[in-house]
Amino acid sequence: MKGIQIFLFIFVMWILIIVGGGLLVSIIAPMTISGYGKLDPILDSGVKALIAMILVVVWIFTLSKIKNWIFNKYIKN
Amino acid sequence: MLDKIILAILVSSIAFFSVYITTPFLIKGLEKRNLTVKDYNRIGGAMVPRPGGPSILVGILASELTLSIFYPTTEILAILITTSLAFVVGLIDDRKVLGGWFKPVALAISAVPIILLGTYNPHLSFPLFGFVRIPELYIALVIFMIPVTGNTINSIDVLNGVASGFMTIASFALSVSLFIIHNYEIALASLPLGFVSLAFYKYHKFPSKIFPGDSGALTLGAMYGVIAIVGHVEIIAAVALLPAVINSFLFLSSVKRIIEHRQIKSNPVTHTADFKLMATTDKNAPITLVRLILAGGPMTEKQIGFVIFRLASFSAVLAIITAFMMDVKI
Repeated sequence: MKGIQIFLFIFVMWILIIVGGGLLVSIIAPMTISGYGKLDPILDSGVKALIAMILVVVWIFTLSKIKNWIFNKYIKN
Repeated sequence: MLDKIILAILVSSIAFFSVYITTPFLIKGLEKRNLTVKDYNRIGGAMVPRPGGPSILVGILASELTLSIFYPTTEILAILITTSLAFVVGLIDDRKVLGGWFKPVALAISAVPIILLGTYNPHLSFPLFGFVRIPELYIALVIFMIPVTGNTINSIDVLNGVASGFMTIASFALSVSLFIIHNYEIALASLPLGFVSLAFYKYHKFPSKIFPGDSGALTLGAMYGVIAIVGHVEIIAAVALLPAVINSFLFLSSVKRIIEHRQIKSNPVTHTADFKLMATTDKNAPITLVRLILAGGPMTEKQIGFVIFRLASFSAVLAIITAFMMDVKI
């Protein structure tokens, strides 16, 4: 079949979405920051948003590496 | 349930036949006003009328307004307003050459009615694991999502029939997913998108009689984005759109900035002597989905279209599996 690597890449992206969602829901969302009084909700949201953004950067970096690995032969063309 | 089935048939028929009937008149009108562009991938370079956005919008407005008579909800109003605004953005871009940043910014503004009407739920649901509540971050996601879906569909509109055919597959997957998660009202509101795309594909498929233009592609993409938000199926929608996302990802990771396709100096695809398409050997040309498909060897435009539709169908199946996984918790 033509473009089997692209099917594989789509599948890998799908797995990364599910795993990323799992990390977000199971580990990051339940975290709480307390002890800073009125600043607690702002710090709590801010830190979670920061972690989520770092995760997105890691996700794109991982995807980029996987892209190079899967399409290595093609990109050289 | 029977009333919903009858309504589904009614809005689907209105969406399909509005586009099916009005597009030939639009083609004639555009030809008369000499609003045509060259199809570089066709032998002889035929002139093809553009844009087809107006007939797409007619189909969407006719069907969604009919639906709103039976279900006068703010969600349908949000779909109507944001989709219409995206059409205007596209129409401006069809008529005038604007900078690469115009579309993302204007489409972000088009998303504001979704927030003002309060038609979003600040929960992001993931398969298997549940949801996260992100009230502030979700507003940013709404603003971000419409430009992303609009431009993603626009970026895949490179060959005859691809944007409309791809959108038909992705939006039907979204409708099926909405039925699976029992969100029947938004499922009904999503049906016109699939049927409008299907009717337009009849004229857009190889050899194209009309091109959707930015007004057509952005209208379809923005409507897809609004449905994902008001239907709370953001992740499912992203999965169904993966081949187009890959195209944008490959393009951006190779050019490393936001630019218009017309600003690209090296074309990622060239022609063989028998006018098949082949991947360029130019190292400065951006990597795109079509270039990757052609890395396996030259193909006709029609063959590439079918490879993209197979990829879209694969993603559609993954999106439907994801919808089933929404009810499963580990």
